[in-house]
Amino acid sequence: MRLSPDEMIFWQYGFFKLNATIVFSWGVMLVLAVGSKLITRRLSMELERSRWQNLLEVVVTAIEKQIEEVGLSQPRKYLGFLGTLFLFVAMAALCTVIPGYQPPTGSLSTTAALALCVFVAVPLFGMEQRGLGAYLASYTKPAFIMLPFNIISEISRTLALAIRLFGNMMSGAMIIGILLSITPFIFPIVMTVLGLLTGMVQAYIFFILATVYIAAATRVRKPKPEPDAEPNP
Amino acid sequence: MLIDWFTVAAQVINFLILVWLLKRFLYKPILDAIDAREKRIAKELADADAKKAEAQQERDEFQHKNEAFEQQRAALMNKATEEAKTERLRLLDEARQAADALSAKRQETLRNDAHNLNQAISRRAQQEVFAIARKALTELAGTSLEERMGKVFIHRLRALDAPAKAGLAVALQSAQSASDPARVRSAFDLPEEQRAAIQNALNETFSAEIHVRFETAPDLVSGIELTTNGQKVAWSIADYLLSLERGVDELLKEKGKPEVKAEPKTEQSTNENRS
Repeated sequence: MRLSPDEMIFWQYGFFKLNATIVFSWGVMLVLAVGSKLITRRLSMELERSRWQNLLEVVVTAIEKQIEEVGLSQPRKYLGFLGTLFLFVAMAALCTVIPGYQPPTGSLSTTAALALCVFVAVPLFGMEQRGLGAYLASYTKPAFIMLPFNIISEISRTLALAIRLFGNMMSGAMIIGILLSITPFIFPIVMTVLGLLTGMVQAYIFFILATVYIAAATRVRKPKPEPDAEPNP
Repeated sequence: MLIDWFTVAAQVINFLILVWLLKRFLYKPILDAIDAREKRIAKELADADAKKAEAQQERDEFQHKNEAFEQQRAALMNKATEEAKTERLRLLDEARQAADALSAKRQETLRNDAHNLNQAISRRAQQEVFAIARKALTELAGTSLEERMGKVFIHRLRALDAPAKAGLAVALQSAQSASDPARVRSAFDLPEEQRAAIQNALNETFSAEIHVRFETAPDLVSGIELTTNGQKVAWSIADYLLSLERGVDELLKEKGKPEVKAEPKTEQSTNENRS
């Protein structure tokens, strides 16, 4: 039994390899990009619009609103990054209904890559918003002695992000795999439905945590120490 | 090892590509569409507001005009009413004047009628009296009315009371001396014997020779009168006729009065009702 789709390698040339994670990621990306392209090809600016367009509008505006609610006053600036995080993770979870598919988020490599992106993006957004000095100074708040702890917290929460998503997605796939071998009927379906729910919740959590980190990093007025402990589902 | 670093790198790149793709194909067009729609809706709302304001303004204007029109109409109405009132009063005045004139005319006519009737009656009565007297005298005494009239005159002459006789005598004498003879006027030509009888009676009454000139005066109705220097002795049917005339006059007045008076009164009342 494979713990990660990374182990399913289709092609390898030295360091380069084409495993299931990358292939399924491409699949998800293809679905998202092509679907968006198809739907937005004939966008209606009028009051009447297609159902698909309506769906996309609902999704995009919901994400935008969510970002705004967390505390980012210019949601459109962060929409590309944060929205893509959510949509990728959610679509990767949704596609588990397809037989033979393995969610790329079930690979620690993928979740680590996403967490790394967040790890890099947070200081970038923070510096862009507040300036390099002000951002770096925030690590020494409330006292200089907090600097190492702040750095540790930054690293640990990135790890937590990666491992939380990986654990949840992997466990879902594992449970389904195990159940299929024990009780081939009914139960795997129930667990798949549960897995869908878990996947959506995880996508939301990943997205909202990244948003909160960015919001904390870009907040000018009241620099608060970023939360060390995160809710573990 | 669960983490494959090549895969991590690949996934980072994949993710960045996906971010770009979705930005390009999803967020931008969708947000643009939403913005455009919102702008359009805002524009439509603004348009609607503008139209509403315009409609309000037009309504106000219309209301203004309406009010002005109402006022104008009321003014015209008032004017017309005033004019009609004035005209009515004028017409009423005219009518009243016309009615007054008519009634005056009518009264005049009535008066004329009464006068004419009066005259006719007096003429007729006179004639009747003549006829009756003549017939009665002829039948009873076998003598003509004139004869009898002369006799009556003579009788009256003789029966004059003393002061009258004295006054007459003085007058006659002064007339004689002024060579202005006394005149005996009669409505008809007196026959010779009657003239003689009158002459005799005068002579006897005043015990003197009295010169008398006999004249015919048709306006004397019927009778004989002796005039001299302002004194007069007379008998004529006119005396009797006068009393008859008075009686008839009174009768006519009684008849004419209510008629003449009643008419303006009714006219007046109708005028009052109308105004």
